[in-house]
Amino acid sequence: MTHYIIRRVLTSAVLMIIISMVTFGVFFMVPKLAGTNPAELYVGKQATPADVAATARKLGLDQPVTVQYARFAKGLVAGRDLDDGPNRTHCAAPCFGYSFRNDRPVWPLLLDRLPVTVSLAVGAAVLWLAGGVLAGVVSALRRGGPLDRTMMVLALAGVSLPVYFTGLLAQLVFVHTLHWLPGGEYVNLADDPAGWAAKLLLGWVTLALLYAAAYARLTRAQMLETVGEDYIRTARAKGLRERTVIGKHVMRSVLTPLVTIFGLDIGGLLGGAILTESVFGLPGIGRLSIDAVNTKDLPVVLGVTLFGALFIVLANFIVDLLYAVIDPRVRLG
Amino acid sequence: MATTNSPTTTGPLAQPGRLPQPSAFLDVRDLRVHFPTDDGVVKAVDGVSFTLERGRTLGIVGESGSGKSVTSLGILGLHRRGHTRISGEVWLDGEELVSAPPERVRRLRGRKMAMIFQDPLTAMHPYFTVGAQIVEAYRVHHRVSRAVARRRAVDLLGRVGIPQPARRVDDHPHQFSGGMRQRAMIAMALANDPDLLIADEPTTALDVTVQAQILDLIRDLQDEYRSAVLIITHDLGVVAELADDILVMYAGRCVEEGSAQTLFRRPEHPYTWGLLGSMPRVDRAARDRLVPIKGSPPSLINLPTGCAFHPRCPHQGRDGIPCRTEVPDLAQGSDHGVACHLPPTERRRTFAEDIAPAL
Repeated sequence: MTHYIIRRVLTSAVLMIIISMVTFGVFFMVPKLAGTNPAELYVGKQATPADVAATARKLGLDQPVTVQYARFAKGLVAGRDLDDGPNRTHCAAPCFGYSFRNDRPVWPLLLDRLPVTVSLAVGAAVLWLAGGVLAGVVSALRRGGPLDRTMMVLALAGVSLPVYFTGLLAQLVFVHTLHWLPGGEYVNLADDPAGWAAKLLLGWVTLALLYAAAYARLTRAQMLETVGEDYIRTARAKGLRERTVIGKHVMRSVLTPLVTIFGLDIGGLLGGAILTESVFGLPGIGRLSIDAVNTKDLPVVLGVTLFGALFIVLANFIVDLLYAVIDPRVRLG
Repeated sequence: MATTNSPTTTGPLAQPGRLPQPSAFLDVRDLRVHFPTDDGVVKAVDGVSFTLERGRTLGIVGESGSGKSVTSLGILGLHRRGHTRISGEVWLDGEELVSAPPERVRRLRGRKMAMIFQDPLTAMHPYFTVGAQIVEAYRVHHRVSRAVARRRAVDLLGRVGIPQPARRVDDHPHQFSGGMRQRAMIAMALANDPDLLIADEPTTALDVTVQAQILDLIRDLQDEYRSAVLIITHDLGVVAELADDILVMYAGRCVEEGSAQTLFRRPEHPYTWGLLGSMPRVDRAARDRLVPIKGSPPSLINLPTGCAFHPRCPHQGRDGIPCRTEVPDLAQGSDHGVACHLPPTERRRTFAEDIAPAL
C-alpha cells in the first residue's frame, strides 16, 4: 500500500512536469505561429521596435524555449525576480508567472478566485449527488413506469441543454422578473452567508442539473444491472427485507462507479466552470481564464491551465486510492 | 441407502390435490411458474408435484431449461411478482406458501428454508466479507449482537471445513478458492439451521475431488440436522451420490420419478435412458463414445404437441401410439411414475434388451 502510494505520487509528479512542459511549449509556440511578439503585449502601442526588443530581453523572451522553461520551473519551486523595467519585481514561490496586465503575480490571482470556484463546485456537487442519485434510484425501482419515463426525459433534457441557455433563462426568471434572488456582485461566505448562498444558488442549480442528469442515468443503469446479479438473489434468499436488499446490497455496488466519476467531475470543476461563472457573473477561476484569454494575458492563461491540470491529476490520484478502499478486489501494488 | 418401495409417506409420488392438509414436510402440488413475455408465455414449470420428508434427499434432474431451478426459486418465493404467474400449492410443514403474504414467506426464507446457489463467486456479494454475509443471514432471523453472530459465523465456517475460520471470516469471497467459496455458501445457508435445504447445482463449478468433498459435506450435515434436502442438478452422478428419490424433469414437467435405485436400475422413460447414456462413468471402460441425446430442449413458449420429448425420442412414432398428439400423464406404478405412451411391458423390454447393455 505505502509502496503503491509512493509510486503514484511520483507518477503524478512526473505527469505534472510533462503537462507543464507541453503547456509551456504551446504558449511559447502560439505567438510565434501567430506572428506576434509576446513582448509587444507588455509595451505600449506606440513603442518602437527597439523598445520591444529591450523589453523582450529584460523578460528573457529572446531566450530559447528551454531556458525560458527552466526559469519558469525554478520560479514554481523557488520563486524568481522579474525585471520589468524601472524596478525589479519579486514573484514568490510557487511563481506561476507574472501578469503585467493585472500587475500581480499569477498565483495570488488564482488564490483570490479559488474560493468562488470551490463554493460553486462543492455546492453544486452536493445538489447533483443528492438529486441525481435519488432520481436514478427511484427510476430504477419504478422501471418502465410513468415516473421513470418522466425522469429520464428530464435527464436527457438536462444533459442536452447548455448552461448558457438554462442559466440565462433562470436568471431572467428568478432575478430579473420575479426578483426572488438578488443580482449584483458576489459576496464572501464569511462576510454575508445568506447573500453568498443567494448569489450562488442559481449557479449551483444550473450546474447541478447538468451533472445530476448524467448521475441519474448512471445510477439507474448501474442499479438495473446490479438488481439482476446472483448475489442480490442470494440476499433475498437469506430473508432480508427488500429495503435492506436495495439500500445495502444494491447500493453498495452502485456506489463504486459513482465515486470514480464524482472524483473526476469535482477535479475538473475545481479548475473553473467557465460557462457557469460567466453566465452568473461569479469571479472564479473560470472567469479569470476567460478574461485572460480575451486580454491575451498569457501568463494567467498558462497558470489557469496548469492549475486545472493539477486538480485533475490530484483527483485521479485520490480516486485511485479510494477505489482500493471501496472495492476490496482491487489490490494496490 | 434405504430402499423406498412403499409409496405411502416418502418419495416424490404424491398426486396433486390428494389431501387438504398434507402429512409430508414439503408437499409441492401441481406447481406452475409461467413468465409472460413479448413473444408469448414461457411455461418454465408446468404442473410439477412431489413430496419430501425431513432427513431425506430428493434429486431433481434435467437439462438446462427443464425448469429445475425455476421450481426451487418458486418454492422460496423468489420470482419477481408482476413478472411471473405462479399457481399450484407449496406446503411446507403444514403452511401453504404460494398464497401466503410475501412478508410471511420472507420470514421463512433463510430460516426454515435456505438455498445453496451454484457458482458462489457470483452468488456472494463481492464487496462484503464472507463473515459479514453470514452474520447478516443469522441476524435477520435472530435478535443477537454482532459479536454473538460473528461467533456463530466462525463456528459455521469451521463446521463446513474451512481451516482457520476465525481468520478467514474477515476475508472477501474473492480471497477464497472455488471449493472454499462453496463451503462458505453452505455455511451461509446453514446459518439458521433450516429444515429444508435446496442445493442448486452445488458442485457444477468445482473440480471432481472438490465435488466429492462438497457432496460428503452436504450428506454429513443432513445426517446431523435431519433436514430435508432438495438437490437440483443436471449431473446424474451427483444424485446417484446423494439422493434417496429422483425426479426427472423435461420441458417444465416431470417425466419420471421414483427411488434412486429404481431410476438407476429400471428407468422406463426414453429421456432418462438418454441421460444415463450421456453420463460418463468411471466403473466402465471408456471404450465407447458417450451417446448424446439428439436435438436440443424445446422452446418453452411453443412446446411440441403431444409428448414434449417426441421430436427427440428414438422410440416414438409406433403404430397406434399417440406420441405426437396427446400429452402423456404421469402414470404411477407400484414404486415408479412414468409419463410415456409406450406400454409399460414394452418399455421394460426395450430397456432390458436394447438400452441396458449399451450403458
